Amino acid sequence: MMWKIPEGGHSPLVFIKIPMFLCCGHLDFKHLTSTMDLMPLQASQPFDPSKYRYTGPNVQPRQLPNTRSQAPITTGTSVIGLQFDGGVMIAADKLGSYGSLARYQNIGRLMRVNDHVILGCTGDYADFQFLRDIIDQKMIDEECLDDGIVTRAPALHCWLTRVLYNRRSRFDPLWTTFVVGGLDDDGKPFLGFVDKLGTAYTAPQIVSGMGGHLATPLLREKMEGQPPLSEEAARELLIRCMTVCYYRDCRAFSKFQIATLKAGSIKIEDDLEVKGDWEVAHFSKEHA
Amino acid sequence: MAKNCNFLVIFQCKHQSIVLQLAQYTLRKSPVPDCNRCSCFVRNAALESSGMALPKAVKTGTTICGIVFKDGVILGADTRATDGSTVASLNCQKIHYLAPNMYCCGAGTAADTEQTTKLISSNLELHSLNTGRQAPLSTALKMLAQMLFKYQGHISAALVLGGVDRLGPHIYSVHPHGSVDRLPYVTMGSGSLAAMAVFESRYRPNMELEEGKKLVRDAIAAGIFNDLGSGTNVDLCVITKDGAQMLRPYDVANVKGARQERYRFKRGTTAVLKTRLRKFDVQEEEVVSMDTSEASGSA
Repeated sequence: MMWKIPEGGHSPLVFIKIPMFLCCGHLDFKHLTSTMDLMPLQASQPFDPSKYRYTGPNVQPRQLPNTRSQAPITTGTSVIGLQFDGGVMIAADKLGSYGSLARYQNIGRLMRVNDHVILGCTGDYADFQFLRDIIDQKMIDEECLDDGIVTRAPALHCWLTRVLYNRRSRFDPLWTTFVVGGLDDDGKPFLGFVDKLGTAYTAPQIVSGMGGHLATPLLREKMEGQPPLSEEAARELLIRCMTVCYYRDCRAFSKFQIATLKAGSIKIEDDLEVKGDWEVAHFSKEHA
Repeated sequence: MAKNCNFLVIFQCKHQSIVLQLAQYTLRKSPVPDCNRCSCFVRNAALESSGMALPKAVKTGTTICGIVFKDGVILGADTRATDGSTVASLNCQKIHYLAPNMYCCGAGTAADTEQTTKLISSNLELHSLNTGRQAPLSTALKMLAQMLFKYQGHISAALVLGGVDRLGPHIYSVHPHGSVDRLPYVTMGSGSLAAMAVFESRYRPNMELEEGKKLVRDAIAAGIFNDLGSGTNVDLCVITKDGAQMLRPYDVANVKGARQERYRFKRGTTAVLKTRLRKFDVQEEEVVSMDTSEASGSA
């Protein structure tokens, strides 16, 4: 009897219950001694635990704390988010890198949580899928409750902060950075950042990953001290940032997605591609 | 008293005790090491093992960049020098002179960039006097790259070399280990990603002068405002075939705030217990200096 392993590949708990009599050929019992062998005709001797010790190969006791996550395996690079007049927009490319191998070239790192929240994830993809399943289940439960209360972006941001911080406090982090976007309870655009340590903040522009060094200056230059951007200007700025990230980040990819959230509508564009300009190659002659 | 050439070196720095520690070391150590066998490395290692904290290198933690535009090149740099997380200098100069037609921006350890560019500048002058012509940029490039490679990266100097020679305008980047790249736009330093983002989104070949200056200024400003290792002002250097023009500062991006009020203590903050008036007879003394030079007419 085995529990069904959920899709996505990362199953945190798998209980395998195999009846003992079915696997005599595979499990080895010679390291265990049975009480039947040693019980004398009259049980007059006191119980001697040394007769029942495990004498097989050395087995380490479970190390506490459970340090599962020491390094991310399949990773996603930057996620760029910005607020515009009336909503938020988040972009992420569609690559899952396996170290320096560009292994999965069509994975979505953006997620529509419900009608009011979108989020994007940098870092370990398995940890993102794990949390994605939990968040999906939360939304199902919320719909079933049907009490008129919906999870908005600040609430999900807060919940994610607590989850990630608690995991890091147990030295078992979910190696992910989230960019959560939506409208807050007053209808104003909200953009929040949570990383694997539980560091959380909100800002008009949020970039996670390597794009933080590349795209943040561009976003701040266009947005600081200015009136809110229109949706077209925001989209154009976001595409420009994705282009720069594609030029300068080794783990970036040309195909990307943009998720736009406005009051009442979420749109995820899935088939965008950076058109690179490689004219500069002509200049890069061998030096004299 | 120990007679040793090494210990006459005085460190000019904020660590006052270094001179004292040197003196103590001199008195403590005997016999006196042989001058013929002494070397700075041996002395430094010995000082460090005797418990002295050597001064940290002042890094520049910088944003430097250069572009090729229609008529030449434009080099840009910020002006902050950092010593760990302290700002060591608010307004240091990172664009160094190499030749009348070549300038070099330097990032990394401040001493390394300064001395490397000075050395190569002297050698270039000698070279050009020797050959009787203006040295091309590739000469400076080779000198810099070969020297840095020789020291295997221990000279922490990341340079942006730019200039105009008879072959046209060039920009090169030289890394501390000695690799070079020839490109139309380069950035180096801790703020290089911020500046490169600006270049990647706005650079076009054959820009006009004003557009080029604005682009370089914006790239350095991106480094100044988004990178903690860069700050204060933007310096530019425009080099065309007619010569070089050093614009320092081109843009004062960070002005030190003016004091809002006078912060002196008001009279009466310290209670006055006693007042005593004394009269003094002041005699004025005027010192008239005599002109004792040979050129004066008097005997």
